[in-house]
Amino acid sequence: MSGRVLLRGKAWQYGDNIDTDAIIPARYLTSSDPKELAKHCMEDADIGFVKKASEGDFIIAGKNFGCGSSREHAPIAIKAAGISCVIAKSFARIFYRNAFNMGLPIFECPEAVDGIGDGDEIQIDLASGTIRNLKSGREFHANPIPPFMQELIDAGGLINYARSRIAKKAGEK
Amino acid sequence: MLSTITEKILAKHAGREEVSPGELINASVDFALGNDITAPIAIEAFDQIAAPKVFDPSRIALIADHFVPNKDIQSAEQVMRMRRFARKYDIEHFYEVGKMGIEHALLPEMGLVLPGDLVIGADSHTCTYGALGAFSTGVGSTDLAAAMATGEVWLKVPESIKFVYHGRPQQWVSGKDIILYTIGRIGVDGALYRSMEFTGEAIPFLSMADRLSMCNMAIEAGAKTGIIEPDEITLDYVNPRARRGFSPLKSDPGARYHEVVEIDVSAVGLQVAFPPLPSNSRPVEESGDIEVDQVVIGSCTNGRIEDMRVAAQLLKGHKVHPNVRCLIIPATPSVYKQCNSEGLIDIFLDAEAAVCTPTCGPCLGGHMGILAKGERALATTNRNFVGRMGHPESEVYLAGPAVAAATAIVGKISGPEQILAKTSDRK
Repeated sequence: MSGRVLLRGKAWQYGDNIDTDAIIPARYLTSSDPKELAKHCMEDADIGFVKKASEGDFIIAGKNFGCGSSREHAPIAIKAAGISCVIAKSFARIFYRNAFNMGLPIFECPEAVDGIGDGDEIQIDLASGTIRNLKSGREFHANPIPPFMQELIDAGGLINYARSRIAKKAGEK
Repeated sequence: MLSTITEKILAKHAGREEVSPGELINASVDFALGNDITAPIAIEAFDQIAAPKVFDPSRIALIADHFVPNKDIQSAEQVMRMRRFARKYDIEHFYEVGKMGIEHALLPEMGLVLPGDLVIGADSHTCTYGALGAFSTGVGSTDLAAAMATGEVWLKVPESIKFVYHGRPQQWVSGKDIILYTIGRIGVDGALYRSMEFTGEAIPFLSMADRLSMCNMAIEAGAKTGIIEPDEITLDYVNPRARRGFSPLKSDPGARYHEVVEIDVSAVGLQVAFPPLPSNSRPVEESGDIEVDQVVIGSCTNGRIEDMRVAAQLLKGHKVHPNVRCLIIPATPSVYKQCNSEGLIDIFLDAEAAVCTPTCGPCLGGHMGILAKGERALATTNRNFVGRMGHPESEVYLAGPAVAAATAIVGKISGPEQILAKTSDRK
């Protein structure tokens, strides 16, 4: 079971349809090194992002965050840039999968997106999905993580999950 | 229960009688693919899974198509990692320069993806194969690694939206125009998480190239896949190519859809999608006076022989406008060869267009046609996001091959009528 994890940091606000080319432009995809990718995180959406974001901060975005390409480099860049969680009104489906598969926490919560300002200090309880704007004192509740996704997270991501599937198949033979 | 084609394919691959939208399933995979950008991360994840072998070396394709011919040392190293992995695990379908084509043009052409299949690919445009009546969807690199190891993928059964296309397309109007129009109607998240099923009396008028273009861009509406029931046109395409057996499936009449969208195709004109979203589409006549610096004709959306023929038909006897660079990229070696034997390459070269070897290159701002600050391109590709083809302050307009060829000649975004008028003036 996952324990209670409280994350605290600043929220950086973005609009709708932030695509993976904006999160990590293709010109940097000759590398898959997280440190290298982190240097260019969000570059074409906000050239100043890497400078202003600190370890543990949050990205807050409108609908369809992560649309476009399947590049896992996008959640890798976000995670390696120190972002602890992304909250959006909705996520594009491949980004959603990738985030779970590699263990970047994400939450869908339109009310929180509307109720958090750029640069606000916020706190999230990962287990319950409770988001608190420490500036305004308002509290929001994200949709809970679906049980299968929780199973993936508890297994330690898709790599471990696949490893256990292979062991199970070998056992059946 | 009455089911859609999507639900039937997923049920079959999950070993179930039926499945319902919203259910999470573990499904077997008929074919999995990755490219030189996504495969290196998948290979690393595969090594971490520590599987002794891949699930089936004949059902995986690794295609080096994005930054090739290798644009720099780093991209050469990414391809080298793929090559080593392919040799180590006897991957039958590893393709690089010479045999390589753009993945989503190459695999259908080679008969490696088939009706009724479940295909996953670490590339968002994997949804292209829905045109064959397959359930085919883009995933991330870790998903590809898990599928290479286990032959399985986790999927949420999507709801389906039924698009009913009435009427007959006008001359010059292609699958690209129909899908740009459709995305313009529903928006870039109009089909988020859902399957777009394309149906209606207009479908038999559409070639496989048109259908592949349409399904290719389902992801640009946020969809999990685009899909078209196999018909005679599909089977005529697939039968001579198929490398293995397959079983086409169809939706049950009365199957449940989240939504039904009706579109009169006969009223859809040639489209142009303005930056920075594929949903910003409008008729070419309403695009105004827009000069361009570059035209790109190619990509997994429009790099097939049918697209090349349309471009050649318009470029024949003309010159590319002096202010425009026109890049033509046949998507696969066999499309290239066909262009050559039909005399299209001569037409392109006489028009002073450049004909490039197959690559995704400029579409994603990789190489082979990058834009400078303030430059503008019109392309037959699928994305016009900020900075997609180069500098963040450059622009991409999307269209089909007829508008692209006409624009290359006129130097401004134009439809083919302007070229045909010009041609008859000279007679």
